Amino acid sequence: MLDFFTGHYAYWFTIILLCVGLYGILFKKNLIKKTIGLAILQISVVLYFVSIASKWDATVPVLDPNIPVDQVANYLNPLPHTLMLTAIVVGVATLGVAFTLLIAIYNRYNTLDEQELIEKIQ
Amino acid sequence: MILFAGVLIYAANDLPYRGDPDNLMHVEKSVTNTQVKGNYFVQNAYRDARTPNMVTVVLGDYRSIDTFGEQVVIYTAGLITLLVLRRTRKIRRALK
Amino acid sequence: MRRQFDSPIVILGSRLLSPYIMVFGWYVIFHGHYSPGGGFQGGALLAASILLIRVAGGRRISRLQIQEFATTPLAVIGVVIYFATGLVSMAMGGYFLDYEMLPIPGLDPAWLRYYGILIIEIGIGLAVMAILIMIYDNMVRGEDYA
Repeated sequence: MLDFFTGHYAYWFTIILLCVGLYGILFKKNLIKKTIGLAILQISVVLYFVSIASKWDATVPVLDPNIPVDQVANYLNPLPHTLMLTAIVVGVATLGVAFTLLIAIYNRYNTLDEQELIEKIQ
Repeated sequence: MILFAGVLIYAANDLPYRGDPDNLMHVEKSVTNTQVKGNYFVQNAYRDARTPNMVTVVLGDYRSIDTFGEQVVIYTAGLITLLVLRRTRKIRRALK
Repeated sequence: MRRQFDSPIVILGSRLLSPYIMVFGWYVIFHGHYSPGGGFQGGALLAASILLIRVAGGRRISRLQIQEFATTPLAVIGVVIYFATGLVSMAMGGYFLDYEMLPIPGLDPAWLRYYGILIIEIGIGLAVMAILIMIYDNMVRGEDYA
């Protein structure tokens, strides 16, 4: 039972974080809050990928001459780390684009609320 | 939303234990008896590029075209901010 | 930034802190082969050291640093360094971004890969730094001209 808990609690926390982000995207009315929810959802996916890359009794994927590289159980899996390293930077760039569009919307319509925006567009 | 979280947590109970070295992701040979990529990177990174940091080798050498696409994506994002906000200013001036 | 007022403590503190962040950013880029680090993280640190001055000092002081029109050419230089590395190795008879074919004499293929990774990481660092500064500048300007 304790093994089951220590093996799965990271998944549960990332699922809770994903649901918080999805709640922000679906049910909030303000566009800034929707964008924050998007960022939280993205961070949850990043944390999930980093958490599945871990191994017990393994070290970080930087080569240490004292630890042999032949047995792969000695090192963490470097592939999810690399993917998430690039995903973080793309996340920052897309957040910049999202806030740029929000600034453009606010300059034109003077509001960021969803209902008011729909009324003003029509 | 709580129902959705419950469904996801129930589904997550079937995932393998976190950090178990016997996971399918961490073993040397996959189910179809081919080499798993992450372990190929661990074993051959220093021999191929003389660089101790395996993440750097995977980022810069094995998946370098991916990283190039990445850089084009962030460059495009910067250009989008430039174009959208400059254009708003010009439209404002035209309206005045 | 609609309203701006000078606070000497904030400007002095950020002036004290900014060069160390920039040196640490270059360290992270160039030492990325031996420790956790690399182009993306180092570029983000360089951008942090410049944006700290911009946030603290406002537009008048930030004009003394990297100017607003200089960020787009820097980003282009970063992308072009990466792309030219791939093109040179392709022109020398290899695949695209195949560092074994780089024209640096007297080195093994493995050490050529080492230097190829270093070159493209410098390109990534420049591009990430310039683009983060560019996003910040354009957002501030777009808000000013509302």
